[in-house]
Amino acid sequence: MSNPATISTNVAVDAVKDDLQLSTERGPRPKPFFTTNRIILYSILVVACLYYLFPLYVMIVTSFKTMPEIRFGNIFAPPVEFTGEAWAKAWASACTGLTCQGLSPGFWNSVKILIPSVIVSTSVAAVNGYALVNWRFKGSEIFFSILIFGSFIPYQVMIYPLVIITRELNIFGSIWAVILVHMVFGMPILTLLFRNYFASLPVELFKAARVDGAGFWRIFFEIMLPMSLPIIVVALILQVTGIWNDFLFGVVFAGTQNYPMTVQLNNIVNSAQGSPEYNVNMAATILTGLVPLVIYFISGRLFVRGIAAGAVKG
Amino acid sequence: MQTSVSIRDLSLNFGHVKVLEHLNLDIKDGEFLVLLGPSGCGKSTLLNCIAGLLDLSDGEIHISGKNVTWKEPKDRGIGMVFQSYALYPQMSVERNLSFGLRVAGMKKEEVDKRIARAAEMLQIEPLLKRKPANLSGGQRQRVAIGRALVRDVDVFLFDEPLSNLDAKLRADLRVEIKRLHHRLKNTMIYVTHDQVEAMTLADRIAIMKGGVIQQLDNPHAIYNKPVNLFVAGFIGSPSMNFIDGTLAGRVVKADGIDVPVDRYDFAPETGNFSGDIVLGIRPEHVMVGEAAASQPVQFESELEIIEPMGSDTIGWTSFAGQTFKFRCDSEVPLEEGQKLRLGFDPARASMFDAQSSERI
Ligand SMILES: Nc1ncnc2c1ncn2[C@@H]1O[C@H](COP(=O)(O)OP(=O)(O)OP(=O)(O)O)[C@@H](O)[C@H]1O
Ligand SMILES: [Mg+2]
Repeated sequence: MSNPATISTNVAVDAVKDDLQLSTERGPRPKPFFTTNRIILYSILVVACLYYLFPLYVMIVTSFKTMPEIRFGNIFAPPVEFTGEAWAKAWASACTGLTCQGLSPGFWNSVKILIPSVIVSTSVAAVNGYALVNWRFKGSEIFFSILIFGSFIPYQVMIYPLVIITRELNIFGSIWAVILVHMVFGMPILTLLFRNYFASLPVELFKAARVDGAGFWRIFFEIMLPMSLPIIVVALILQVTGIWNDFLFGVVFAGTQNYPMTVQLNNIVNSAQGSPEYNVNMAATILTGLVPLVIYFISGRLFVRGIAAGAVKG
Repeated sequence: MQTSVSIRDLSLNFGHVKVLEHLNLDIKDGEFLVLLGPSGCGKSTLLNCIAGLLDLSDGEIHISGKNVTWKEPKDRGIGMVFQSYALYPQMSVERNLSFGLRVAGMKKEEVDKRIARAAEMLQIEPLLKRKPANLSGGQRQRVAIGRALVRDVDVFLFDEPLSNLDAKLRADLRVEIKRLHHRLKNTMIYVTHDQVEAMTLADRIAIMKGGVIQQLDNPHAIYNKPVNLFVAGFIGSPSMNFIDGTLAGRVVKADGIDVPVDRYDFAPETGNFSGDIVLGIRPEHVMVGEAAASQPVQFESELEIIEPMGSDTIGWTSFAGQTFKFRCDSEVPLEEGQKLRLGFDPARASMFDAQSSERI
């Protein structure tokens, strides 16, 4: 202790200790809830929410009212006499042009169009994307560029040629024409989606499978596909909503017997006979929008799970 | 001994980029060959060519006496282990191991027998039911090695299998790979840019630069008799001291200092070379203090920097006006600024033609 250097260091340390005792910051930093930023943020979110939910509210409320109540009441008021008649009528007996069977035939037509077109376009696009990434062939880059270019051409430009093609194939005015058209138009964007996804997987996985002796299909089904759940779900959401909401192709290619739900909805809402039945229109509109909505809810959850499962590092 | 892998005149271009050009390489049966070189020199490319994962631009590849240039990877008798493990994430360890065998349509009992053997060798029996995501890096790499093992191949190809692992695990697995080689006696081709791995594992090392094999020899020769400046500088840590000078007769003149090199083992084809040379002395061949007295070349120098490494110490001084490192036992008392007596033996040095950078 006779060493002056040691003594002076100790004094310095004591001084630091005193300083430390004075300080009050310790542990997790407090996070006040009401900060200016938060208030602004939440106000904007609430306004945006109301903006989207209000029309939906009006629709739901109106669809459960009777016509006299709609005519004389306030549109924001909840139904006085709660009735599901409008829904039943929209589904089973509203007039869509010549027939009066409601939306139900249109619903089943839409389902018949949806299922094959979604399955075929997604599967073909998955194989396309896989081949473009892992089995490069001469000209595969050019092939891909052409495919992508295809997705930028407006639909309207291709309608007339497609009408001729489907006529020549003898399927114009049938459900198969719509299915074919949806398959063709879904292909570019889905291929791009799958190609980018497969390109993000480590290429060594593919090489290892090659060394193990697996061929094109074996690698696709046993290695690539089990890892693609997240992207398959994304593709399904895109295709289901896109095809379900389609109006143009349905009107042009399906033929009167096979009109999809969207076209029949339009026919109900725009029908000229009688006074407009707002409650039926609202119910029909909600019914038509229900399928994409349900898909969002179901697959949204699957989607998150899929991403979690896909985040496995090999 | 019969050759196991022969590469004849191999060239490979990616578009206009020539990665490998007229490369020739013969690997003996049961040999452990290491491909060593800086990043981007074409090691992985060469390995992928041997595996059949890349189409050659020119040349031939023979494995076990058969020309496999146009053969599929699975028909070449090779197994490959990747740096990123490349385990199939959705399959259990067991199914990862059996995938190749199932593809080949092998009977269940035989598959089980082979998996049991590989699992025993690599000590991964408790892991067989797990998914790759639930394994540590070292365990994953063992499984990846096991996948090559079960297929009973003639040639193992390793592409930097240990470089994703931490230092300790790397050292452990390195020994294990060596043990595996002793036990299996397969031909192994091992890519790395870690010179310790190369020196410890290899029967022969091929040092590559820019797609060209610079030197192919056993680790001892690569270390002691590097054929050119690149190899000399690439191998050894800390790297070799290079002193620029002029050779006239049997004396090197460097910055006014005469270094007699009559003890140096000149290459026979050198003849009476004279002109600009680079004299290379390994830091570990430099003697310090008392020990320097017995060395043919001695000089005094001031110690600038000390780097204690634990096991030994690296000192930075200068010789003939150029930086000069030495390595000595960590017990030698050293102090920065101190005058030191250093010495070395030209017989252990290397000399290179400054123009061609070839050994003379
Ligand atoms: N698919 C490719 N297309 C074009 N060039 C490529 C391709 N693959 C590799 N190269 C180039 O070939 C050269 C050799 O690459 P390679 O992967 O064989 O290097 P490496 O020696 O394995 O390096 P590292 O130690 O970093 O793995 C590099 O210059 C690289 O840029
Ligand atoms: Mg590499």
